[in-house]
Amino acid sequence: MSTPTGYTEYHPRWHRTRLGTLWWLRRRSYLVFILRELSSVFVAWYVVFLLMLIHAIGQGNDDYQRFLHRAANPWIVLVNVVALIFVMFHAITWFNLAPKAMVVRLRGKRVPPAWIAATNYLAWTVVSAFVAWRVLGG
Amino acid sequence: MANNITLQVTRYRPEQDDEPTVQEYEVPLRKDWAVLDGLNHIKDHQDGTLSYRWSCRMGICGSCGMTVDGEPKLTCATFLTDYDPGPVRVEPLANFPLIRDLVVEIGDFLRKLPKVKPWIVRDEDKPISEGEYLQTPKQMEEYKQYSMCINCMLCYSACPVYGLDPDFIGPAAIALAQRYNLDSRDQGASDRLDLLIHPDGIWGCTFVGECTRACPKDVDPAGAIQRYKLTAALHSVKALLFPRGAR
Repeated sequence: MSTPTGYTEYHPRWHRTRLGTLWWLRRRSYLVFILRELSSVFVAWYVVFLLMLIHAIGQGNDDYQRFLHRAANPWIVLVNVVALIFVMFHAITWFNLAPKAMVVRLRGKRVPPAWIAATNYLAWTVVSAFVAWRVLGG
Repeated sequence: MANNITLQVTRYRPEQDDEPTVQEYEVPLRKDWAVLDGLNHIKDHQDGTLSYRWSCRMGICGSCGMTVDGEPKLTCATFLTDYDPGPVRVEPLANFPLIRDLVVEIGDFLRKLPKVKPWIVRDEDKPISEGEYLQTPKQMEEYKQYSMCINCMLCYSACPVYGLDPDFIGPAAIALAQRYNLDSRDQGASDRLDLLIHPDGIWGCTFVGECTRACPKDVDPAGAIQRYKLTAALHSVKALLFPRGAR
């Protein structure tokens, strides 16, 4: 869409309101949107951290111990705690989206959206519990 | 209930104003008056120069969308008594260029809309002598919600993605594409695919959800977009696994 340069009888001079820098603080849903966009940085950090962990394991016990020592640095722990919060937030908004994206029919009737969300949360809980059991106790 | 309520109305006269300004008007506060009735009262009795769009007064034509107290609304369906004691801010729809007072430039939407081919596309049209394309109530139920769209553009006004990136094809156009994709009589889904899976199509949407909240017809454009994301993702996987004949 071209921006007209001046006012003429046939082409009015439009006014465009620019969004202010802090527009995303005006509404809760906008804030959530921006935080969810930001969460992608932390998801990426998690992936990098996991790859570094796998690489260290692959290099042998010395590297693995060095990695654990570095990961115990309070700053790294702090970053990981913040990352965990953002990744959880990312996951929850993802699960809340699922019933919007999936229309499931059982015997011709549409499955209520809340059930689809609940199934996702249930699957998440079961997988998390299994991983926790394997890591901590198994 | 007071007898009057103040409307703080945006004025922009391009021949004399560099920036929009606010003008206050007192209008009668009546139980059955919508914001649009207040504006019509101003136009008829106080200031004939005030410009705004309206037509049907019954939530069907989709032309009287404005921002009322910060929310995109159909002014014919937004009652003054809900804002008592006022004042009520009446601004043009956000995210669109302003032409005059409360009138915005909607050419962008009107250019985008036909691109999604919002009509029934057939590979081959059946001759009229063979009769109409039949459909069961169940098949109609598939798309009926999306067919309620009245092109009022409140969803564009509510969408921060459209505000930030005007190339985004937008909620209503995608919901209308879905309206036809899900219609059993339509065969144009593959024609609409390229436009919808373009970065300015469905993937521009980050599921803020404000379009669905703003929609006066409960179309749920956000739902339509997320649904199509799943369809498009499955299509991409199919295209990867079976490069021939995915369409």
